[in-house]
Amino acid sequence: MGSWRLYVAVAAGGFRRYATYRAATAAGVFTNTVFGLILVYTYLALWDEKPQLGGYDQAQAVTFVWLGQALLAALAIGGGGFEDELMERIRSGDVAVDLYRPADLQLWWLAADVGRALFQLLGRGVVPFVFGSLFFPVALPREVSVWAAFLVTLLLAMLVGFALRYLVALSAFWLLDGTGVTQMAWLAGLFCSGMLLPLNVFPGALGEVVRALPWSSLLQAPADVLLGEADPLGTYLFQASWAVALLALGRLAQSAATRRVVVQGG
Amino acid sequence: MAEATERTEATEVTGAEARRGRVVEGVRAYGLIAGMWIRSTMAYRTSFALTTFGNFAMTALDFVAILLMFSRVDALGGWPLPEVAFLYGMSAVSFGLADLAIGSMERLGRRVRDGTLDTLLVRPVPVLAQVAADRFGLRRLGRVVQGLLVLGYALAVVDVDWTAARLLLVPVALLSGAGIFCAVFVAAAAFQFVAQDASEVSNAFTYGGTTMLQYPPAVFALDLVRGATFVVPLAFVNWLPASFVLGRPYPLDLPGWVAFTPPLVAAACCALAGLAWRAGLRSYRSTGS
Repeated sequence: MGSWRLYVAVAAGGFRRYATYRAATAAGVFTNTVFGLILVYTYLALWDEKPQLGGYDQAQAVTFVWLGQALLAALAIGGGGFEDELMERIRSGDVAVDLYRPADLQLWWLAADVGRALFQLLGRGVVPFVFGSLFFPVALPREVSVWAAFLVTLLLAMLVGFALRYLVALSAFWLLDGTGVTQMAWLAGLFCSGMLLPLNVFPGALGEVVRALPWSSLLQAPADVLLGEADPLGTYLFQASWAVALLALGRLAQSAATRRVVVQGG
Repeated sequence: MAEATERTEATEVTGAEARRGRVVEGVRAYGLIAGMWIRSTMAYRTSFALTTFGNFAMTALDFVAILLMFSRVDALGGWPLPEVAFLYGMSAVSFGLADLAIGSMERLGRRVRDGTLDTLLVRPVPVLAQVAADRFGLRRLGRVVQGLLVLGYALAVVDVDWTAARLLLVPVALLSGAGIFCAVFVAAAAFQFVAQDASEVSNAFTYGGTTMLQYPPAVFALDLVRGATFVVPLAFVNWLPASFVLGRPYPLDLPGWVAFTPPLVAAACCALAGLAWRAGLRSYRSTGS
């Protein structure tokens, strides 16, 4: 019970830490809104050309754009989460201090990242989404139950997103310079999450492959639940399976790293 | 009387010479600092190769999105793939050149925040040259190369009756476009003196701008096109010259000759950005740390 309170405190700290930079948050809201505007017109043109593309109608496609802009920072799909900081601590050797603490390394960073994600969802995500809903035709559900199911998928998306980035960060134990891995992780995240283009628009087998990968838990899965295109229970199962598998893999990597790798002395 | 005129003429000459001297000095300093960063980058060749490839791949992703769209449709806003690729190539090369030359300026906000800008102020070298060349990233060539590949593809497949004017306009527009994007970078950096933490706003105009230009103007709402023509004149980077080259109707029914104005627009933008930079630098107050 005591350790539970510790992680809640860490999460609250993560939330407050990002809430401190108000100007940066406002700038992020502005930038996400501008990108949403640009994307929404390209999607409108695309769906004008081919109505019902990928099974979405135009309003659903528009909703998808604004949802993507709302979740981009919260789920750190294009980077910007905790991973750079953890990598730097691994490179400099400060991680030795983290490992010495009476707290679990993975849970500690998970708590901090969930705190950050919750702030960025509220601080950076809500305004562009509301802007988009006011000025463009969107397809939002009326039932409270769908919104509740959507919130659950968001929490699971946060877990999967963290688990993926934790693996990226731990690669620094072996590589020291994680720039290349980080870049590849961004590419995979943007391409396979639906951020670049909804995954149901991808042609043929490519579409089937990207929809089965863990990144589709980040944007595509919550979007499909919100838009009423997917069954919530099946989506939970898909996201939770990836979350459990990736978090377990993170555990394995963590124990391998702490057993075999010699931490750089300062 | 004659003597007085002679004297003012003399001071004017020295004034102009001094200004030219400062420009030469700035360019020279820029070259020296950029060269230093290139040498430092080349100490880690594998890392350089990887990050250059990463830069290439990151930009290529935008074009992959366009290709995926065209795997499902034949035209976007009435423009077929070769013509959209032409727009994309021009936007990516222009932006890539500007980003390569002075893209590091987006880090200015950080220097203002942590106080390291003060170091640059005491050196006997123009601050603009120092900030522009700071952490010069040769890896950004990846973006330029990717844009050139798409542009090459577009030029090969696009259906155009190549006249001298059309052929000449492409390189002129590319360089002018790079000038316009440079002005956007400088103006955004000047804004960071005031905004500091809000440096992300500039991404909306730089990265957002180049993304917008990858698609035909017919796709966007009129107000957005007006803003991109008269407020931040990005339309002169590729929309207008490409409309002339491809024989497409001009956005906003602008007259035909505007396709040839990008060099003038670029010069005007750079002059305005220079003024904004001076104003920004003058308003700078050190954090003292």
